[in-house]
This record gives sequence, C-alpha cells and structure tokens, in this order.
Amino acid sequence: MNNVFVYIEIEDGAVADVSLELLTKGKKLANQLEKKLEAIAIGFNLQGLEKELFPYGVDVLHVADDKRLAPYTTLPHNKIVCEIFKREQPEIALFGASSVGRDLAPRICSTTGSGLTADCTSLEIGDHTDPKTKQEYKNLLYQIRPAFGGNIIATIINPDTRPQIATVREGVMKKEIFDANYKGEVKKFDISILNDADFVVKVIEREIEKSKVNLKASQVIVAGGYGVGSRENFKLLYELAEVLGGEVAGSRAAVDSGFVDHERQVGQTGVTVRPKLYIACGISGAVQHTAGMQESSIIISINNDPLAPINTIADYVISGDLNEVLPKMVKYYKQNTK
Amino acid sequence: MGLKILVLAKQVPDTRNVGQDAMKPDGTVNRAALPAIFNPEDLNALEQALRLKDTFPGTTVHIVTMGPPRAAEIIREAMFRGADGGYLVTDRAFAGADTLATSYTLSLAVKKLAPFDLILAGRQAIDGDTAQVGPQVADKVAVPQITYAEEIQSVKDGKIRVKRRLERGIEIVESPLPCVVTVHSSAAECRFRNSKLTMKNKHAKTLSELQETESSYVNLYKTSPWLTITEWSANDLNPDFNCLGLTGSPTKVKTIENVVLTAKESVQLTPSDSDMDNLMKELIANHTIG
Repeated sequence: MNNVFVYIEIEDGAVADVSLELLTKGKKLANQLEKKLEAIAIGFNLQGLEKELFPYGVDVLHVADDKRLAPYTTLPHNKIVCEIFKREQPEIALFGASSVGRDLAPRICSTTGSGLTADCTSLEIGDHTDPKTKQEYKNLLYQIRPAFGGNIIATIINPDTRPQIATVREGVMKKEIFDANYKGEVKKFDISILNDADFVVKVIEREIEKSKVNLKASQVIVAGGYGVGSRENFKLLYELAEVLGGEVAGSRAAVDSGFVDHERQVGQTGVTVRPKLYIACGISGAVQHTAGMQESSIIISINNDPLAPINTIADYVISGDLNEVLPKMVKYYKQNTK
Repeated sequence: MGLKILVLAKQVPDTRNVGQDAMKPDGTVNRAALPAIFNPEDLNALEQALRLKDTFPGTTVHIVTMGPPRAAEIIREAMFRGADGGYLVTDRAFAGADTLATSYTLSLAVKKLAPFDLILAGRQAIDGDTAQVGPQVADKVAVPQITYAEEIQSVKDGKIRVKRRLERGIEIVESPLPCVVTVHSSAAECRFRNSKLTMKNKHAKTLSELQETESSYVNLYKTSPWLTITEWSANDLNPDFNCLGLTGSPTKVKTIENVVLTAKESVQLTPSDSDMDNLMKELIANHTIG
C-alpha cells in the first residue's frame, strides 16, 4: 500500500525510454519515503519484461497481457490502471508526458479524483503547512514546472488526494540501473474485468517511424530560436551542425513559426538534452527552453541582444549577427582541424 | 444527416507574446498586460467542426466556454467564422479551478446540452499546456476519447474515423459516436471570418452584456433570437459546489518563483575573425568538438 507507481509505456514491444527514466526517479522517491516501487505494464506478449525492469529497482511488476491491449487504446488501459490503483492505493503515480501518458493520465485522474500536474521538470519530496488552516502535511510530492510563458516556476502539490500524479517528458530525468541483480515480484492482472464496451475504439492503421532525429544522443547541438528569422536562415545552422558532427534543434517559438520540425524541439514541451556543446542561435532563453538544455556542458549564445536571458547561463556570449558568426565558425573549425 | 456538435473552447492570455510587464513586482501575473485570445488549438477544433457542418447539412456547431464575462468574445468570434452560437459558463464560484474542477463544470454544461453527437476541443490551452480537460470531460460524460487529432476523415454509420498525430507518426482510429475528439495544432488552420456572418452576428451578446447595451437595439434580440448568447451560472448547472473552483481543485500551488537564471561568468566575444578563430581553437583543444 501507498507505494510509488510508474506506468510502463510499450511501443512495438519495447519499453519507452521515458518509462525507464521514471522508474529511476520513482525508485529514489520510493526510497526516500521508505516505500516500494511498483510498475504497471499493459500490452501483448510481455513475458520476460521483468528481466528488463527489475534492475531499475522494481519491487512489484503488474502485468496485463492480452492481444487486444496492444497497440494502446485509452479505455482498457484506463480501466486496468484505475482498478490497480483502487486496490493498491498508490501514494504517487508517474506517467510519461507522451501522447500515451497525456491521453491516459487525465482520464485516470478524473476517475480517481486526484490532482495531476503535466510536464514536470523536477519532482521532490517535501512538507507543507496550509497557510489558512495551519494543517501540516508530511512528505508530499512537490511537482515543479515552469508556467505561464516561462515567467514563473510553480511548485504544485496535491495535499488531500491520492495518488499524487505527474507526467514528465522523455529525457528530463536520467535513466540509471539501480541494481543489475535486483529481483522483484510479477503479479498477473486478471483481465476478465474488461468487456466489449472497453474495445469500442479501434486502431485501423498505424505508421510509427523510428525517430530519424536523435537529439538526446547528440554531443553537439546547434539550436535556433525565433531570432533566426526564417526556415531559409536555418540552413546556416545545418551547415555548422554538419561540420561539427551534430544535430540541429529549435526552440518552441522556432517550431511554432515553422522554421524547424517539431521533432527537433528542445525544452519543457520538447526534448531535454545534455550535449557537450550547445550553440544557441537567436534564442532569447525562456525558462521552458533553458529547462531542456541548461545541463549542457558548454553553452554558446549567439545573439544580437546583449541582454537576452540565455546569455546569463552561457559560457560564451557572442554578440552579433548569426549570418556573420555561423559561417566564420565553420571556416575556423575547418581551418584549425586540417 | 445533421450532427449536433459542441466545441469546448477557452479564452486565454496570449502567453506567446509575453512582454516585460507581464509579471507584477509581487510575482503574480499581470493579466491586464496580456491580450486575451481564442486558444489556438480550439480554433483548429472549430475548423474541424465547421468542415463537418459543410459536409452534413443540418449540422449545428455550438461553443461551450467557461470563463469570465468577457469570454463571450470568443463565442462571437466563432459565430463570425460559422458557429451557430454558444454557451458561456460563468460564475465567481468557478474561479481558481484546476483542470479537474474545470472538466467537472464543463461536463455539467455538456450534459445539459445532451444528446449530442460529437464534442470537439483543442488538445491543450497555451496558458497551461496540460491537455487534461478534454480527456477528463470524456470520462465524466462517459464517452470514448480521441486525442491528438489531425483530421476527421469520415463520419458514417454512427462512427467517426480520425487521423491522430503522434510524436513519431500517425494513427488512424475509429470510435462510435458520441465521443470527445481533441485537435492538435498540426490540423488545418481555422477559416477566417465570413463577412456575411460577421454582419449577421456582430450584435450577438450575453444577457449581462445586453444590460449595458443602448436601448435602441433591444428589439433586435426579440426578432433575432440567435443573437442572444446563453449564459449559465453555477446554479444553472445544479452542481456539487464542493467540486467547483478552488475548492474542487485537488492541485494547489504551493509556491511561485520568479525566474532568475543563475549567472555564469560568460566569456564575451565579438564576431571578429580573431575571436572566432580563438574560440574554435579552444573548443578543439579541450575536446568539446573535433
């Protein structure tokens, strides 16, 4: 009872990275609360999954295995998770902030009446005293996220409802094996509670590509913001990225303006990256963006606004026009590596 | 075959254009400094509704929005683009609602309008980016949901077929009606205002707005009933008051911090050839690149 739960997302038989990242975070939270870590895996042909999950410190793995449960549809997954929550009364439940987690978690919260915080960038355990009633709460989950255009960082709590539910984007938390020999217990979920009404939504067709862009694995990222000005100008970024063996990324403003594709978005609602070198071109540095890149080893900011907020976290600030700066970086990189 | 379609929409502060004065010195949001706009993905949802209206004669499209009295603006805006009318759910009792309390309130309004064939909504609102209200309304109304919709491909035999836009591809799903469909920004942009509809509906007002209107127009609302935008207070919805607004919201804001980026000691460079040459030499020397 009152354990920490993680919903395991499975795509084409493989566990999503975000679920392993959440298990890593979930284990730390569980240890801090002196509780167990439990995982819920719903899909088809899941035998052997525990071998992959136990090393992350999973104490109990709930498995619901049936042909009709993959690919994911909302209603049966919702019913199974709600039933497990009803029986097990979790303290905390974590979901990936993916199209699956963001489809499923709100529906579950509506059923359980619990609070849900989307796209958290940090999760901590802490206490709280209600300012009005003076009631004290111990060991709440602090759900921390930027809000309101990135002008504020809000710490959200759910004092009275359980589970405390949060979604977290892929890449925000780090994935780490807890103990390679860790052994938990597998609990088979009896799917006889499902009926035809749970399967009224049918998946007719799916075309899921393996992501072509792998920002997370890239050691050098050349990122552009609204200040780049156009899709055309992004070519300069691609040239530099190619020479340096890196990838091109964009801020949300650049993605929303159509300068660069959505899969290249870095930030709270995109990918979180930790490359060796992050070159920010024409990015002002809203906190939603910096949340996704501030752990880069070296940050270079190229901006014609010397007061751009991103400059404060940059190791190198180049004040100038990127049309001039980027070609020079290409030129001098080539010259110095000959 | 006409459909009865409800579009859940929200008037939001334009957080994409936040200026320096967006925050007050005490750290709270200066709403007055932010323009209020039609939530962008709700416009995508409206377009999908209007397309169904174009395809199936007799279809009606109504906006349902919860917000302050001035949120009637987005109902009018929707009527200028082709919606038939709307419902403004407004009451001080709703203030401070999180997504759960909001979805409870909207679900009561939607149930009051039952039966309906389809509820459309934007995937998420730009002031919170949570994407929670759509699925939560679906749960409370006990109908299936299809999120991340890019295109409604067909509606026939009581079923809707929808193309979804996911992180790494697409999915085509089919659901029986009624259901909730939340629409992604990759869907078609909303059509512009239609000049005839704008003329026809420019005086559309809620009863509260009407009370402030010049008397010479009052007769207009007797002869043109579509111009009256329905306004519902909490009492009209017969709610459990414990589930509304701040009281009905399980999530509480513990603290809000202004963003202060901790400054590193940055090396300041110019685009000069010598600076650029030295920078690249340094990065190569410390194995950051190369």
